[in-house]
Amino acid sequence: MAVDVAIAAAKALFIVLLVVQVMGLGVFFERKVSALIQDRIGANRAAIFGFAGLGLVNTLVADPIKFLLKEDVVPASSDRLLHSLAPILSLVPVLVTFAVVPFGDVLEVGGRVVNLQAAELSIGILYVLAMVSLGVYGVVLAGWASNSRWSLLGGIRGSAQMISYEIAMGLALIGIVLTYNTLDLQEMARAQGTLLWGWLPAWGILYQPIGFLIFMTAGIAESKRIPFDLPESESELVSGYFTEYSGPKHLMFMMSDFVEVVLVAALVTTLFFGGWQVPYLARDGFHLPGGAMLALPSWGVAILEITSFAVKVILFTWLQVVIRWTLPRFRYDQLMRLGWQGLLPLALLNVLVSALLVLLVGGA
Amino acid sequence: MSPTPLAWYLGLSAVLFTVGVLGVLVRRNVIIIFMAIEIMLNAVNLAFVAFARSLGSMDGQVMVFFVMTVAAAEAAVGLAIILAIFRSRGTTNADELVSLKW
Amino acid sequence: MSELLFLVLAVLTVTAATSVVAVANPVRSALGLVATLFLLSIFFVALDAQLVAVLQVIVYAGAIVVLFLFVIMLLNLQGERRVTGGMGLVAAATAGALALTAFLVTLLARAATAPAATLPPGFGETRALAERLFTAHLLAFELTSLLLLVAVVGAVALSRR
Repeated sequence: MAVDVAIAAAKALFIVLLVVQVMGLGVFFERKVSALIQDRIGANRAAIFGFAGLGLVNTLVADPIKFLLKEDVVPASSDRLLHSLAPILSLVPVLVTFAVVPFGDVLEVGGRVVNLQAAELSIGILYVLAMVSLGVYGVVLAGWASNSRWSLLGGIRGSAQMISYEIAMGLALIGIVLTYNTLDLQEMARAQGTLLWGWLPAWGILYQPIGFLIFMTAGIAESKRIPFDLPESESELVSGYFTEYSGPKHLMFMMSDFVEVVLVAALVTTLFFGGWQVPYLARDGFHLPGGAMLALPSWGVAILEITSFAVKVILFTWLQVVIRWTLPRFRYDQLMRLGWQGLLPLALLNVLVSALLVLLVGGA
Repeated sequence: MSPTPLAWYLGLSAVLFTVGVLGVLVRRNVIIIFMAIEIMLNAVNLAFVAFARSLGSMDGQVMVFFVMTVAAAEAAVGLAIILAIFRSRGTTNADELVSLKW
Repeated sequence: MSELLFLVLAVLTVTAATSVVAVANPVRSALGLVATLFLLSIFFVALDAQLVAVLQVIVYAGAIVVLFLFVIMLLNLQGERRVTGGMGLVAAATAGALALTAFLVTLLARAATAPAATLPPGFGETRALAERLFTAHLLAFELTSLLLLVAVVGAVALSRR
């Protein structure tokens, strides 16, 4: 019993640490990749004894210290409780979603077979949707509690955008659920280890390409990143719904932004790109097409799988950062039109076609 | 599983229901009255799920599914009505919405 | 769920529900409602109704209460000076509520049967719910979808200027 609790705590700690590391990496990418795209050098002003570490010192040491030491300003006529609650409601649901993301297959420790997923829920993907829909509260309360016109406008716009794209996200997920016949993310990741025609790993992107596009777009819109960042719109609404936040609370909002980026990346890899799957790697080693076999110990396989998951998540984080600095911002009516008149019918059509195909040909 | 007796869940459901009833009777703001109605619906949901567990039948949970759907539809239409009333009367106080009273 | 945990969560739930009806600020009422719904979802998980629990969070806490919050903010409701109608009404309502509680608790305590010793496998999961929903309750399902369509059309029609 105590061992079970210890194992569960270790898994939860591992995934949280992984997420925070990738989030830090995401912040670093943000500064450096944007600099490269804009033909400048980027964060290179802060240094410790002349060691600037390619901008890592600036992004990962100087910035957090600056945020944490700033004064926490609360607007005079605002609701203090709501003002302090909003960043928490924004950050916590996004972090706990990682409990159902699998970061490996199994690990055999001391005779026990440990499933490398922090919480084994039979309704995994619905839990993700539930936590994403709770994230709306952070935005709407931040806008309201700041007691300022621009914040309220940003808050209402942001929450309207989030609830619109939640629907497209959920419908895109239905196609995946139909294909894999399960709601559990670990089962979906495992099902992507089969080989089509003996050599092609059956990753989700082959079964649901349109679903991938819809989910990726809806995910970027949910995390309110460019091209969907009108609620924040740094050049129009100052900072939108978190204008009146400073210091640690502002840091929490920024953190929730990047943790959502990592979440979208993690979900896209798990659902569409095999999650922790390394092509041709099974629990006991590599099984190459053509018959060759390379045996590996179980901890070696686990390390390979976790590394593969981390690499894919970092790749998709980088992709979202590049998208941010390449595309211009959508106007608000264009944004809503895309969500309701573009993605929603497309997602419904995707569900219809997927259901027909599963009925005729059979799922994964 | 579930060493807590069924009666405790039903007691909680009853208490929540009466909190909802109190809200509807005592508050004057129609939106708060609406929220109290939602509390009543949720209390009933809890009773349904508790009975479903105790009788081993999924029909209780299907009932909860329908109650949730109907509550969502009712909330949407009800809030639209409140918006329309506010635009024409300028108030959401139930004491002032009395033009149908004889 | 152990009895101590049940008592703690039950007290929290009743406190949250009371805050919905007792607090003057409507936004805080809405937050109290979110807390109540979330705590009820925990009870659902303890009662082996996982799908219903997560649906409660998605539909109720994640959509309906957001709708409430939107309307509160659109109407810019701050907080009322006179929260409840007259002391006589409050006294009568409280007395009636206590009587109702007593009545319901006695009635339901008699209805409580022993909990089922064995549950069918997969109880409370998606497959079991779907199996009942699409066979025995198919008509209600179709009518509910019609109801939702009517609600969407009605809400859009009512909120036009």
